Amino acid sequence: MIPPEYYLLLGTGLFTIGVIGVLTRRNVIVILMSIELILNAVNINLVAFSQWFKSVDGQVFAIFVITDAAAEAAVGLGLIIALFRNKETVNADEIDLLKW
Amino acid sequence: MQLQKIAFFILSVLALGSAILVITRRNAVHSAMWLIATLFSVGGIYLMLRAEFLFAVQIILYVGGIMVLFLFVVMLVNLDVAARQAQFSRQWLLGLVTVAVLAGELVYGLYRGHAALRLAPAGVAAATGGNTEAVGLALYQNYTLPVEIASIMLLVAMVGAVVMAKKKLE
Repeated sequence: MIPPEYYLLLGTGLFTIGVIGVLTRRNVIVILMSIELILNAVNINLVAFSQWFKSVDGQVFAIFVITDAAAEAAVGLGLIIALFRNKETVNADEIDLLKW
Repeated sequence: MQLQKIAFFILSVLALGSAILVITRRNAVHSAMWLIATLFSVGGIYLMLRAEFLFAVQIILYVGGIMVLFLFVVMLVNLDVAARQAQFSRQWLLGLVTVAVLAGELVYGLYRGHAALRLAPAGVAAATGGNTEAVGLALYQNYTLPVEIASIMLLVAMVGAVVMAKKKLE
């Protein structure tokens, strides 16, 4: 059996790449995709521990995380459409109405 | 044993490589395609962890549902202008430094704590019956209230998405 720290390392890598995407990209849609990467990293950790502890609770939590991801994607993409309709841009650093 | 490790490394390299491509592609449709590749690889990892139900959920819900939603929005929003502009924000260097610190912390914590994983209990024997049955029993016996809350959350998200994407609010 593959030791759990391998899975944790893979999760760390995916999480790190996702955070890089969120922090450095300008395109809001790609930022949302990076958030999906982060959620997948969390899911890998949950399922790895679920197998390590021989309990399905981790998988149940992973299902809730996927549900969250679906809700977040729906609302986030709705926001992007509303944003594009009003500002004609998808760049995160041009959305600075609240910035002084 | 060895075969398992080889499969794990192939899936990991696929997942990480396509994840890097997700955040570096100029065209958002290409990013979405590479994200699908990542999701498939993560699904393979689920299979290796004997989470067959989650694998099916990953394919049906993530690849079949969420990614189609992404592609729809990519087509609704005019991205031609954005594709020709700079792809990375001005504070990308600061962001990378922050991420380097974060990754260092995570790896250091894993390095210091991985001995504790060895002490973890091997656990009781896996439940008889399939993985789907075990997950279903856990969902509807121990997690009934969270399932109901999740359904309400999905309803709210659905209404919210419709309201947000509506042209004009009466």
